[in-house]
Amino acid sequence: MIVKIHKLTGFALPVAVACSLLTGCATQTTSLYQWDGYQPQVYEYFKGQTSPSDQIAALEAAREKVFAKDKTLPPGFRAHLGMLYATVGKGAEARQQLTEEKERFPESSTYMDFLLSKLQ
Amino acid sequence: MTFNISRKLIAVLSILLTMTACASRSPSQTDYTAFRNSKPRSILVLPPVNDSKDVGATYGMLSQMTMPLAEGGYYVVPVAEMEETFRHNGLTTANDIQDVSAAKLRSIFGADAALYTKITAYGSSYQVVASTTQVTAAAKLVDLRSGETLWSGSATANGNEVGTNVSVGSGLIGALAQAAVTHVVNVTSDKSWAVAGLTSQRLLATGGSNGLLYGPRSPKYGTD
Repeated sequence: MIVKIHKLTGFALPVAVACSLLTGCATQTTSLYQWDGYQPQVYEYFKGQTSPSDQIAALEAAREKVFAKDKTLPPGFRAHLGMLYATVGKGAEARQQLTEEKERFPESSTYMDFLLSKLQ
Repeated sequence: MTFNISRKLIAVLSILLTMTACASRSPSQTDYTAFRNSKPRSILVLPPVNDSKDVGATYGMLSQMTMPLAEGGYYVVPVAEMEETFRHNGLTTANDIQDVSAAKLRSIFGADAALYTKITAYGSSYQVVASTTQVTAAAKLVDLRSGETLWSGSATANGNEVGTNVSVGSGLIGALAQAAVTHVVNVTSDKSWAVAGLTSQRLLATGGSNGLLYGPRSPKYGTD
């Protein structure tokens, strides 16, 4: 009987530990932001193979999906969309996006003010 | 009897292993004193210097580096607009941009810290056994107020890892990151860019040993 219990401990413990190792450290982090569109569109912007209006349409569609899921836009999303609006002559929309970036992320204030001053 | 002893030994060893496995940082590793004192809230990711043969490396990598830092709790200065601002000021190469003084960077972008990155491998290379897509980069985080280096690290990833379980920072790559990588693979046939995403997440992971500390917007801020 004693031997049996020992055997059980000897076997069950490593198995339990192995299980906890497999799950324990892999902390399932909940994401702070929804990343639909932003980084792919930044890449598109750098490659310069699609027009600003196509990039705007892609970002607007991504924003719709993010808001539909009640999620948060990542830092930079609004600023990027805003500057794309500026390139197609939509000044009011551009200003609105840059101002929103500043409101959502006060850390961006210095740079958003700089960009807003260039929009005049 | 021998059998029993070895079982006991395994049991004891596994307890010890559990006790050590999750310890996030050992004292012999990176010195976080300057990082902790600096408490940066925002990061300016400067265009990476490209030492690889692929001309697309700088922008491929740069466009993938916002996510890991933002998810780690930092505000990341919008990279496309940053690049445009440098261009308007006559700075078009990553080398020239990385030479701009900390004071100047801070006055325009208002960031607390800047990330200086160098890419040493990007894209496919022929190897004797099999050719693979690889992206390798090293980076250092510098406080733009004091000029002090807060952290440095390097990472590599290859095409075979894309879409698989990959360990990053303190654990396996999260569901979010996996989904993002899959998404990336779906929207583009650009394998190097997908691998650059994995390299970025590994390079800029928060919470792991030698990794970045969590930023103020992370619920885990101050726990490491």
